[in-house]
Amino acid sequence: MADMTPIKTKMPEQEPTVRNKNFYEVSLGYTAEMAVKEANRCLNCKHRPCVSGCPVNVQIPDFIALVAKGDFEGAYEVIKATNSLPAVCGRVCPQELQCEGKCVRGIKGESVGIGRLERFVADYHREHGKDKSVNIKPNGKKVAVIGAGPAGLTCAGDLARLGYSVTVFEAFHTAGGVLVYGIPEFRLPKSVVAAEVETLKTLGVNIMTDMVIGKVLTIDEIKEMGFEAIFIGSGAGLPMFMGIEGEDALGVYSANEFLTRINLMKAYVDGYDTPIKKVKSVAVVGGGNVAMDAARCAKRLGAENVYVVYRRGEEEMPARREEVHHAKEEEIEFKFLCNPTRVLTDENYRVTGIECIKMQLGEPDASGRRRPEKIEGSEFVIDVDAVIMSLGTSPNPLIRNTAKGLDVTPRGCIIVDEDMMTTIDGVYAGGDAVSGAATVISAMGAGKRAAAAIDKRLQKE
Amino acid sequence: MFKIVDKKALNSAVTSLTIDAPFIAKKAKAGQFVIVRIDEKGERIPLTVSDFDKDAGTLTIVVQAVGFTTKKLVKLNVGDCILDVVGPLGMPTEFGTPKKAIIIGGGVGCAIAYPQAKTLHNMGVDVTVIAGFRSKDIVILEEEMKAVSNNLYITTDDGSYGEKGLVTDVLKRLLDNGGYDLVIAIGPVIMMKFVALTTKPYSVKTIVSLNPIMIDGTGMCGGCRVKVGGETKFACVDGPDFDGHLVDFDELMRRNSLFREEEAHACRLEEKNNG
Repeated sequence: MADMTPIKTKMPEQEPTVRNKNFYEVSLGYTAEMAVKEANRCLNCKHRPCVSGCPVNVQIPDFIALVAKGDFEGAYEVIKATNSLPAVCGRVCPQELQCEGKCVRGIKGESVGIGRLERFVADYHREHGKDKSVNIKPNGKKVAVIGAGPAGLTCAGDLARLGYSVTVFEAFHTAGGVLVYGIPEFRLPKSVVAAEVETLKTLGVNIMTDMVIGKVLTIDEIKEMGFEAIFIGSGAGLPMFMGIEGEDALGVYSANEFLTRINLMKAYVDGYDTPIKKVKSVAVVGGGNVAMDAARCAKRLGAENVYVVYRRGEEEMPARREEVHHAKEEEIEFKFLCNPTRVLTDENYRVTGIECIKMQLGEPDASGRRRPEKIEGSEFVIDVDAVIMSLGTSPNPLIRNTAKGLDVTPRGCIIVDEDMMTTIDGVYAGGDAVSGAATVISAMGAGKRAAAAIDKRLQKE
Repeated sequence: MFKIVDKKALNSAVTSLTIDAPFIAKKAKAGQFVIVRIDEKGERIPLTVSDFDKDAGTLTIVVQAVGFTTKKLVKLNVGDCILDVVGPLGMPTEFGTPKKAIIIGGGVGCAIAYPQAKTLHNMGVDVTVIAGFRSKDIVILEEEMKAVSNNLYITTDDGSYGEKGLVTDVLKRLLDNGGYDLVIAIGPVIMMKFVALTTKPYSVKTIVSLNPIMIDGTGMCGGCRVKVGGETKFACVDGPDFDGHLVDFDELMRRNSLFREEEAHACRLEEKNNG
């Protein structure tokens, strides 16, 4: 009989006023006891709605049943069978929109804490378990993967397990993509990412860093090197700006720049050479997870006032609920229904404030969300010395500009067929490079589907 | 890891490093740059490729020790390794089909102007080089520039060598005589600004090579944004070369000063540590 407690077993966290001054992980994870208790809340439904909500098809009730029995390694094997990055997904997936959103327990009360359990199992394995020595039979076929982010790493892992010789080309000096340059340490420790990458290397995946494809090598040249299929998982890394007055002032950053300085380059750690400005008041423009990350990083760097300026209301924010909740606890101030009109500067062109206009919600637009409309004459100024633009990102053009025959949408997203193949034969793509900026897990799902399609094709040959 | 295979001091502050980087050397073209990170804790800085040898698999960068990382870089010796070298980044210079060109180098910018002059010279173009320096003791690459140009003019601010004055003085004189259809200027932003202002009334195509602050060099951070013809461009992917008549140089100078205090602080700390 399941434990009918209506709410999830609480996960211990650092106190908000403590954690908003450090970069250590916010959530501390379940103990074994908490995990077993939470696992017992699962009804083990026959129709398994949670599984249908998982982009990588984790057999959720099966792993939870093993957790309930205390067989954590067994649970890990179940998750790992379909998810190559469980410690990452347990932390950053928007579970409320996926598995947990479909959980029957969520109808009356809170859903089962599937994400928390996945995280527990993955962390338990990292600390106590041993990777089973996998017996891979090399099939002699070479596949290239472009981009060592969630999509690329998943694709590489799946193909390596099937016996392919996989080389991953990464533009940055470290593998991980958005997991290392974008998502901050306090939400996803970099040691967790590094451990997942190490696991891939033990499967024989070769990761070549500092390789900007489209510049140092083209798609054609990779083919000539003997790779029989190519997967493009180059993400959506190009930041958008608003085009408002003062946006090029000193102290206006893209969220990408701000987060990369902090997460990848470790500008906040003593002894690292990359500079970052200490600021007193910051406005972060946008309402997604990246905006939450930027705001919470700014707070941790010592900013007294951090504002999130978002043109729609709280309900419409695309950020994960948990991140918004955590941000509020950490004294981030939200300015909903506000849109920046210009950045104000002093005589040295340094930021002194941001002028915003109040908005109201009108009729639903193409995205189904109510369209924000200006309230004329409602302009007001927030005094800040830095502005971080977190308005979304689009796919990088470096590959498409140098790959003849690679068709893209007007927004620059690579076009693929139902098998994830692009308009170049044998070249596949997935993740944000195809969908535009989305989630880690949907990119992983795409990497997985592409790996299966590549295998199907190369098996035939 | 990228091994340093040759090192030459061009003057007391400017050093040429040749690095073993076969993948990049194979693809590099004049005008492109690389991003360099010296060690695990290092920052990523852009440096223009000064020369490359496809057969030997090497590329050459010329470094003026002015900031924290460039000072560390020039202390490295032959046999030492640089942890990361990424490239070739940016668009190659589009020379078009000029007949008579003026290449202007300012200080360490001559290290980049020289290969541009060489490329044009090899294309059969009539090349005039104007090289500007503060004084005689920091003149670099004189023989090399002479070898690839029909005329070489050297100017110094203090008159200790060549002509006393600015590169723009010589430039104006040459343009008055006419016949030039391309000017390329590489050097301090202020020099490039005044070169562009000088050539504008003559309507001579003017290419400048910009050097803004950047992290990734692939269009990701947006730190290198510059206004060109009223539009925001990313120097790393759209440049680093731009039409000098369209660049907002004043904004570029302001943006380049962003981390000046942090940089000076880091340099002072380093000097203190080194006793």
